Amino acid sequence: MNLAVNNQSLMLALGLVLIALAIGWKEKLGIDKDMIIGVVRAVIQLFVVGYLLKSVFKVDNLWLTLTLILIIIFNAGYNAKQRSNGIPDALPISIGAILISTAVTLGVLMLAGAIKFIPAQMIPISGMIASNSMVAIGLCYRNLNAQFRQERQAVLEKLALGADLKDASKDILRDSIKTGMQPTIDGAKTVGIVSLPGMMSGLIFAGVDPVRAIKYQVMVTFMLLSATSIGSVLACYWAYKRFYNDQKQLLI
Amino acid sequence: MSLIELVDLGYHVDDTCILKEINLTIDRQEWVTIAGPSGSGKSTLVRIIASLLSKTSGELNFDDDPIELYDPISYRRRVSYSFQQPTLFGNTVQDNLQFPYDIRQMPFDRDRAVRGLEYVGLAASDLAKPVVDLSGGQRQRVALLRNVMIYPEVLILDEVTAGLDEANKAFVWSMIRHFNEDDGLTIIAITHDQAEIAAASRLITLTAGKIDAGGAS
Repeated sequence: MNLAVNNQSLMLALGLVLIALAIGWKEKLGIDKDMIIGVVRAVIQLFVVGYLLKSVFKVDNLWLTLTLILIIIFNAGYNAKQRSNGIPDALPISIGAILISTAVTLGVLMLAGAIKFIPAQMIPISGMIASNSMVAIGLCYRNLNAQFRQERQAVLEKLALGADLKDASKDILRDSIKTGMQPTIDGAKTVGIVSLPGMMSGLIFAGVDPVRAIKYQVMVTFMLLSATSIGSVLACYWAYKRFYNDQKQLLI
Repeated sequence: MSLIELVDLGYHVDDTCILKEINLTIDRQEWVTIAGPSGSGKSTLVRIIASLLSKTSGELNFDDDPIELYDPISYRRRVSYSFQQPTLFGNTVQDNLQFPYDIRQMPFDRDRAVRGLEYVGLAASDLAKPVVDLSGGQRQRVALLRNVMIYPEVLILDEVTAGLDEANKAFVWSMIRHFNEDDGLTIIAITHDQAEIAAASRLITLTAGKIDAGGAS
């Protein structure tokens, strides 16, 4: 491996933050305090995670690995819920959708022999899956809220004609699932052309042959498509019913 | 025997009373016109009858049973509500006339749709017409047809002729008269139109959430 980052080079790289701070100060952006807090938090959080992962990888215990994966899923669910803007039961819906999307995707990857059940592989991959699922579900919630308000009259008319909740919400559901998946689809289209994504860049950085590195990236692309589609579909199908009451009336 | 019966029906949101002590019976195939100033609760009343809102007090009986006993979806297929400025769904006229069949998982009755279109002054070829190309009057006719593609028992009309010119108004009312007289539909129609109010066979006037004393004729 030809990785050359050490504590000294990190200290020198801190100069880059000083450039950002200088720009903020010169342009009177008023973000100096935020930036310093951000940098300090990032450094502390990453060091803590780094040491934590190091010990978890060393212990290599099934239950500890599963616990960490569940913590990642809970945090992702909690963050997705924050974007729900008051959709009832958004926390269990988000956690359920992320849990299933992560489990199915990890399961397929393991069955295919692409990854092994070892913490060094399971934890980072779970994090990637859960975070993408989280972003997709957040977008779904935002779209559901916006569309139910925008299409309120059409939904009411469909209900008035005797449509069930699914028929009355079908267009909104379809649009929301699409919105959740769109960034991953766009990412898949431009991968390698616009960006060299994290997984691939990391491997190349670590000295892995680029041809071998792209195979991992192809796997990541497949897995993110699966995770965001499962997460979006489940979250949308569980969440849309919360826009209605027991009498099947629109609550907005 | 009355088809719809409202007993001391009330509706309030938090502390605001929208409707109170509404007592009303409507017989099968009756035509009831509801009038009253803006904000008097007319639309709220008919939305409660259409099961798009739930009363907060009193009783609402349909066909001798409390509304609570009905599944809201099947009830709305019997008591259909038509909006003032209807939204047409999908892209074409057919998308709209097919919707009532789709939600019942029934095959689309094209012949009936064509007969309906011809009756309202459109042609079979208009099935493929984009909804954005319809005039205001045509939109209202297609929306009304959509409500009656599969006949309900009650048709609730919320100012469906507002904004239409006299010719279109007359046409829409002749359509509704046909549904009422020839096909036996019960009609509940909200209107602000003085001519329609004057011609009403049974008029209910609402003021500040109550039926006017002597306002029911």
